[in-house]
Amino acid sequence: MARIYIFKRFERFWHWAQAALIILMLLTGFEIHGSYSLIGWEKAASLHTTAAWTLIGLWLFAIFWHFTTGEWKQYIPTSRNIVAVLNYYSVGIFTGAPHPFRVTQLSKHNPLQRLAYLLVKLFINPLIWVSGLLYLYYNELAATKIAAVAGLSLGTIALVHTAAAFMMLIFMIAHIYLSTTGHTPLAHIKAMISGWEDVEAETTAATLIEENGP
Amino acid sequence: MGARYRNRQAATLRFGTLLLLGTAMFWNAGHASESPAPPVKLSSTSDHTKFKALQQDFKSGPDVTKACLTCHTEASKQIHRTQHWKWEYRSPEGQLLGKKHVINNFCTSVASNEASCNTCHIGYGWKDDKFDFTSEVNVDCLVCHDSTGNYRKPAGLAGNVVTKAMEFPPGSGNILKPIDLKKIAQAVAKTSRDNCGACHFFGGGGDGVKHGDMDSSLASPDKALDVHMDATGNNFACATCHMTEGHQVPGSRYAPTAQDKGAAHVRGKEYTTNPTTCQSCHGQAPHKSKAKLNDHTDRVACQACHIPSYARGGVATKMSWDWSTAGRMGLDGKPLIRKDAKGRVHYTAAKGDFVLAENVVPDYLWFNGRVRYTLRSDKVEKGAQPTRINHFEGSADDGRSLIWPVKIMRGRQAYDPVNKTLVVLHMAGNDDTAFWTNFNWERAVATGMASVGAPFSGQVDFLDTESTWPITHMVAPAKDALRCRDCHASGGRLEKVPGIYIPGRAGDHAKWLDTAGWAIAAFALFGVFVHGLGRIIASRRNR
Repeated sequence: MARIYIFKRFERFWHWAQAALIILMLLTGFEIHGSYSLIGWEKAASLHTTAAWTLIGLWLFAIFWHFTTGEWKQYIPTSRNIVAVLNYYSVGIFTGAPHPFRVTQLSKHNPLQRLAYLLVKLFINPLIWVSGLLYLYYNELAATKIAAVAGLSLGTIALVHTAAAFMMLIFMIAHIYLSTTGHTPLAHIKAMISGWEDVEAETTAATLIEENGP
Repeated sequence: MGARYRNRQAATLRFGTLLLLGTAMFWNAGHASESPAPPVKLSSTSDHTKFKALQQDFKSGPDVTKACLTCHTEASKQIHRTQHWKWEYRSPEGQLLGKKHVINNFCTSVASNEASCNTCHIGYGWKDDKFDFTSEVNVDCLVCHDSTGNYRKPAGLAGNVVTKAMEFPPGSGNILKPIDLKKIAQAVAKTSRDNCGACHFFGGGGDGVKHGDMDSSLASPDKALDVHMDATGNNFACATCHMTEGHQVPGSRYAPTAQDKGAAHVRGKEYTTNPTTCQSCHGQAPHKSKAKLNDHTDRVACQACHIPSYARGGVATKMSWDWSTAGRMGLDGKPLIRKDAKGRVHYTAAKGDFVLAENVVPDYLWFNGRVRYTLRSDKVEKGAQPTRINHFEGSADDGRSLIWPVKIMRGRQAYDPVNKTLVVLHMAGNDDTAFWTNFNWERAVATGMASVGAPFSGQVDFLDTESTWPITHMVAPAKDALRCRDCHASGGRLEKVPGIYIPGRAGDHAKWLDTAGWAIAAFALFGVFVHGLGRIIASRRNR
């Protein structure tokens, strides 16, 4: 086993801060929705709004970081090896087969991860944000004089926002579970904390460039 | 700001007066010949005790009014134009309303009961349908301007006052004491809560009976009961909000303003809008520290959150009234009276059964300011739904409605089952057809209907009715306003208000989304559980 440094300090901070905020927003959001009563509606609504603005702030930094570091390329989808990865999670993982993907600094997500995270970033997140901001500024919509926006009912906005929240919840369940599928159940989680991922000893940058392209 | 400035001004004046007095005393000591600055009345430029016209022993109410009119030449003519005088109002929808015409589900009607009901008319002598509404001396100045608290208009005298001890009703042995009109006339002042309250607190025949948000507890309320009228705080009079000009008192419930989109009124500008609304002082965005609350003001009336319950001052209000059980005699052969554990009457032979309540949570409905009444000439039908004595119109999408708190008064009252109309009931009077004299429905209704020239079949049956009353007084301090959860919940206060999405109210959810969302999440959880279990088993086997 060797170790490579794949999650930078900001990335780790971003990941865990985002995780905490999303969990908080799921908990408070479904209380606002009326699914249960936990900390009280008023506190839930207030926390939910504060968390939303915090997450938006965090994301502005994250977007900046993705583009200035070129890390956005980590999320370019690829079909290469995707069947092999799917095969691994459905069969290989039970038979003790090796993971078909090798992590490197330049390519730290397997094709399934790339696809899933891209879906979160380009579909679920924007859906939550746009519907959430419309929800927050519902009273000001009429003033926009844009027919498509001004005519939105709160019910429609809430429907989209709730649907996006369910998608996030379902993503989170899968994501947390899959984080336990490293060579030990906590390996991936440790990597996300320390930044260092254990990799097969023979995996060198050179072999990986051969395999995955530069 | 304005109030603080006024207070400071008043304080300065008071201080100035003290200084002047002090200086005068000092000067008096040394220079007896210098005239001192005399103490001066600051609340008015007139001292009514000094007016010759008021220095007489008045024989009657109209005598006082004559004296008032010698200076206040236009007063009665102003009064003649008001609803307080006419008891009549033509609604924008064309209905002829006002106490003179409507039938309610309390004591039902003024007509044929004038001598009793019109104790609360701001005039003297309206005892039947012959009253002269053009008479200037029949205007009662004192009922609104008395500051002694000693002015009385006993029931049964058609609004007249007693200046010589008299037995009333005749032969009853009940002696009415005279009042000192001279003293009262010399002490007139601006209207106070007591003046307005003398009638408005007692609407429906007793303290707090009718409105629920107005009763004698508002004569001297604490802050918790009414943040504006708080006797040791803001100490508003009724007229502070009901800003009266030319004796026209704005803010009648016959012409309500359900939605006020205007800004707060400022000095130096002229306004044509109702000065009685919350917005006319507080504007459209009154919530400073919790700005999100301002997002509610386009849909929810201020009163809905800021009057968490009505009848909060310790005086119960009537919630329902069943006339059909009236007329029962006790074992002693006398009219029956029943009281509850708190000593409150809930049955009398004269009136039937009622339900009383305190600290009542209002009903809530969309209201756009239009109220439609069921009048004497309208057909009514006895059925599963109660007849609506009046009906607040409004909806979520007419653009003019807000969610308002209201009191719903439920009644069961006499009607003519053949002509299918509500009836005028002759209740009070010293004749043998009055219901309160002989408890005979047919005769009482016959006299009542005859008094207004309406047809009556001779038969009386009882009909369920409902009337709606706006809740707008007894505004609580901000800390006692409703909390989010009171409405943002299933089964909350606004559970039955239709046409609006309220976050937290399950009835508004798309059921398919909630069902699908939770089902897929549960399926995902189940999936990862099975997958995880598979991994554990596989790893044991592989070892």
